[in-house]
Amino acid sequence: MIYADNAATTKPSQKVIEAMVACLSEDYGNPSSVYTLGQRAAELLQNARERVAKNLGCDPSEITFTSGGSEADNQAIRTAAFLGAQKGKKHLISTPFEHHAVLHTLNKLEREGFEVTYLDVHENGLVTAEQVAQAIRPDTALVSIMFANNEIGTIQPVGEIGAVCREKGVLFHCDSVQAIGHVPVNVYDLKIDFLALSAHKFHGPKGVGVLYTKKGIRLQNLIEGGAQERGKRAGTENVPGIVGMAVAMDDAIANLDKQATYVAPLRDKLIDGLSKIPHSILNGDRTQRLPGNVNFCFEGIEGESLLLLLDNEGICASSGSACTSGSLDPSHVLLSIGRPPEIAHGSLRLTISEDTTHEEVDTLIKAVTEAVEYLRSISPVWRNLQEGKQDFIIQ
Amino acid sequence: MALYSETVMDHFRHPRNVGIIENPDGVGEVGNPICGDIMKIYLKIENDVIVDAKFETFGCGSAIASSSMATELIKGRPVSEAMELTNKAVAEALGGLPAHKLHCSVLAEEGIRSALLDYHKRYNLPYDEEKFALLHHDEEDFSDEA
Ligand SMILES: Cc1ncc(COP(=O)(O)O)c(C=O)c1O
Ligand SMILES: [Zn+2]
Repeated sequence: MIYADNAATTKPSQKVIEAMVACLSEDYGNPSSVYTLGQRAAELLQNARERVAKNLGCDPSEITFTSGGSEADNQAIRTAAFLGAQKGKKHLISTPFEHHAVLHTLNKLEREGFEVTYLDVHENGLVTAEQVAQAIRPDTALVSIMFANNEIGTIQPVGEIGAVCREKGVLFHCDSVQAIGHVPVNVYDLKIDFLALSAHKFHGPKGVGVLYTKKGIRLQNLIEGGAQERGKRAGTENVPGIVGMAVAMDDAIANLDKQATYVAPLRDKLIDGLSKIPHSILNGDRTQRLPGNVNFCFEGIEGESLLLLLDNEGICASSGSACTSGSLDPSHVLLSIGRPPEIAHGSLRLTISEDTTHEEVDTLIKAVTEAVEYLRSISPVWRNLQEGKQDFIIQ
Repeated sequence: MALYSETVMDHFRHPRNVGIIENPDGVGEVGNPICGDIMKIYLKIENDVIVDAKFETFGCGSAIASSSMATELIKGRPVSEAMELTNKAVAEALGGLPAHKLHCSVLAEEGIRSALLDYHKRYNLPYDEEKFALLHHDEEDFSDEA
């Protein structure tokens, strides 16, 4: 099997699994209990908090453990909206290609009377700090822009955006779920006020994440109950998950250079190989992208059938076609960078990791090339394009 | 559990009747690229019997398997019987389809129907308008979109 869907989730490392199993089998106490077993769990929790904070460049008191990226995104945006509304600020700035955890929260706020400006992400999938500066108004409560896009992998100029927001006194939330463990992230240097991350994107467990909130910002609860997480997120802590996340994060950050020196060149090899397929186009900027992300559109074919053929070859990949999402619309990300729907249906995302080998990349190139060729051979759209009855969109 | 049944995967991996027919007696093209599935059906008809059926499909696994099964179901059948082919029969023959994929089998039914309409028109054969009315099928029943 070739696992090429690391943006969807990653394989937990052996070290992570062992740390979690030890936690489940021995250190199962409730961190809120006074006896030794409970306090042992509380120590593990504190230790994990300190390690996560160190990796992000912040204070442990600025870390809130959550159930993952989605919850962190929700809580950050809800908090900023609440605080803004108290001062009569009901304008938010974001992009049209955020993760649904952000977009759907923004949509809900729009229905509650907030106004959202969605910045153009251009054909290359990038926004500029100037766009942000121009969009900020006296009543802007929050700028929410993702660090790296989960589909096309583009990396935004986060430091520049952070600087603009700080200068104008506007809160900045950065959904960094896809970035952490793949590119360097320091919340202090980048002037980030809220940051969401999720353990399962860097070889940690699923269902656990972090919301970093800059000191001085009054976090609003999504979940009411006990006094866990300084009273900002109720519920007995997911200690094994949090411990596993800390182990995974330490490892990922310690090996960051491998992303640039090994994964990125492998990605470029994959991009070069797939670019040879006629009438194909890379989605997202060629250089400002995650080390492991490859995303293409192939004209004349549909993505789900491509995924099924690849699955046949033992290849795990993903697509932005409507048929893979269960809705009738193709990926909002591909539409936002201007790909027409008929092209967006024929997209393929391959996300590799430091575990991917050169041989696997060779196999991926061969398998995708053959599958695309076959699907085109049975496609009436491809026939029309070939016979000149219809113009190619991708040259 | 797999997304699709064994039969669907078999028809997807080894589609029957892929291709085109030279000098066909009826051709139907349905669907549109914007929503992601397009099907083109070719029929060869002799003495009111479908002697050959072929298809080309741009679409998902369900769409390709549905075209394959639908052409299998009508081959060798009289036109009058092919007229009665329903998406339900296609889906059943495939051992069922996931709820949000039923619309792809509707497309197969429409593709056949559209090719048959073309056949009637080409040869100036009388036909019952009502039988082709479903070419704007009510898809509501087939969607499980929340
Ligand atoms: C950019 C981005 N934000 C948020 C999330 C949601 O994270 P989680 O699955 O941990 O809720 C994801 C995960 O797919 C993501 O890629
Ligand atoms: Zn379909």
